[in-house]
Amino acid sequence: MDLSLTDEQKLIVDQVRRFVREEIVPLEDGLDPDADSLPPDDHERLAGRVAEMGLYGLDIPPEFGGPDVDIVTRTLLAIEMSQHRAGLYAPCYNVFGGAGLAQMFEANDDQKQRFLFPMLRGEKKTFFGLTEPSGGSDPARAIQTRAVRDGDDWVINGAKMFISGADRADFGLVFARTDPSKGRAGVTCFIVETDTPGFHVRRIVHTLRAARYATELQFADMRVPHANVLGEVNGGFAIANDRVSRQRIPYAATCIGVAVKAQELAVEYAGIRETFGDKLAHRQGIQWMVVENEIDIRQALWITLAAADKARRGEPFRTDSALAKIVATEASGRVVDRAMQIHGGYGVTKDLPFERWYREMRIRRIGEGPNEVQRHIVARDLFGSSLR
Amino acid sequence: MAVRLDKPWRRLDSAAVSGLSGQLGVYQLSDDGATVRAIHRVDARSLFGLRGELGRELAERGEGLFFRLEVNHQPRTRWLELMMVHRADHGCLPAWNPPEDGEGLGRLSPA
Ligand SMILES: Cc1cc2nc3c(=O)[nH]c(=O)nc-3n(C[C@H](O)[C@H](O)[C@H](O)COP(=O)(O)OP(=O)(O)OC[C@H]3O[C@@H](n4cnc5c(N)ncnc54)[C@H](O)[C@@H]3O)c2cc1C
Repeated sequence: MDLSLTDEQKLIVDQVRRFVREEIVPLEDGLDPDADSLPPDDHERLAGRVAEMGLYGLDIPPEFGGPDVDIVTRTLLAIEMSQHRAGLYAPCYNVFGGAGLAQMFEANDDQKQRFLFPMLRGEKKTFFGLTEPSGGSDPARAIQTRAVRDGDDWVINGAKMFISGADRADFGLVFARTDPSKGRAGVTCFIVETDTPGFHVRRIVHTLRAARYATELQFADMRVPHANVLGEVNGGFAIANDRVSRQRIPYAATCIGVAVKAQELAVEYAGIRETFGDKLAHRQGIQWMVVENEIDIRQALWITLAAADKARRGEPFRTDSALAKIVATEASGRVVDRAMQIHGGYGVTKDLPFERWYREMRIRRIGEGPNEVQRHIVARDLFGSSLR
Repeated sequence: MAVRLDKPWRRLDSAAVSGLSGQLGVYQLSDDGATVRAIHRVDARSLFGLRGELGRELAERGEGLFFRLEVNHQPRTRWLELMMVHRADHGCLPAWNPPEDGEGLGRLSPA
């Protein structure tokens, strides 16, 4: 595998790196320490700049108007875009736009008009409703939300837990059991508009994460038209699974970006700060921390780029992306922790970005399929599918 | 991070509240768009974060007030800091904060 960057890749990586350093990082000085959005004027201005660079809507497929950037390059860019305080969960405060719910590309023509295109134009916000109070690691078994057909509608009752952004969304995907006898083959995906009677956001679930907080949902006799079934009835699980596998590569990449920035700050600080008459950088204890950081970053980077390369070539990449997710989330957590240690007391203040990265990075081992489940995926690949 | 919360005041009405996020943080209230009358925190016990608490203020106090806020995952220490800064600047707590908010409050001499 050739991991050297092409001239074109170098050019756009450099362009995005400069954008983050010159436009995003300086703005953060004036933002709340846990902000996840920009003032509207700044957002509009910067989204305009991104459009001028030809990079708006990076992960939108070209047939839907996206800029046709391959997944390896998008991974490299995701690593750049997260190199600021809010970068883990709000990379560049979303001024690069995005595909939103990738499953919506499975929509039929009518659904595309009503939901997909407004979502891509940024007019409609979305949520992804899979996890339930009964569990998220194994949704095929845990889903208890029920949908029962009634004429042209489905009547949905149940609850969802940890659903990000549902309180401000216009619509979202809700996975419900439509055939209780069939396990994973009995789950259907519904497009649910948040103004539907019976749709309730019961509370915000406050977590370590500052950006895109989670919510708890309840559905009480919520009627959803059959026309809002995404894909096939009882075919919802494949849709859910597909998103989660695809998401793992950018998920890993944003962690690496934060780790790269944390390491850069640690190296810089160790070169300036003196204790006991000498610079921290001259202490072997500090040097080794920085070297351990470098090992973690490079391992995570190469495993993630290898997964992206397989995806680009159209080869199966489920195991590779699971490995990338495990290595990047765990390695980046260690890097942020060491960088924080090198900064001493300043490392844990809100004056610097480490404390936010430290909190938010912890979630990365749980979100998008916990790391234990990723290990299960890899083990299944090694031992064969008989492993349950 | 600036010690003082000196963002522009915004009118507290239902349109402003519905545009707020549900995050944790601190907010200040004013009745004239200049004088800080109250400093409050929104912690993880709130159902809908800043939006929920400012919505409650609106429902209880009615229109005509102003607010400004800061999204902050350490709302308690930030609230204490803002109260201390207010006391350092004005010699007292904001008029609408109950006196018990000042119990055990430390002293700051901000620049
Ligand atoms: C901030 C935040 C935002 C989220 N946003 C969304 C969202 O937008 N949409 C959505 O649908 N979900 C969302 N989630 C839910 C997330 O995907 C789940 O938390 C996750 O899938 C784990 O599910 P659980 O919390 O129910 O843990 P459980 O499934 O109950 O698992 C508990 C623990 O056991 C471990 N475990 C499970 N199975 C095994 C096994 N076989 N062997 C060993 N260990 C195992 C898990 O790794 C986990 O650590 C979000 C979660 C958080 C924290």
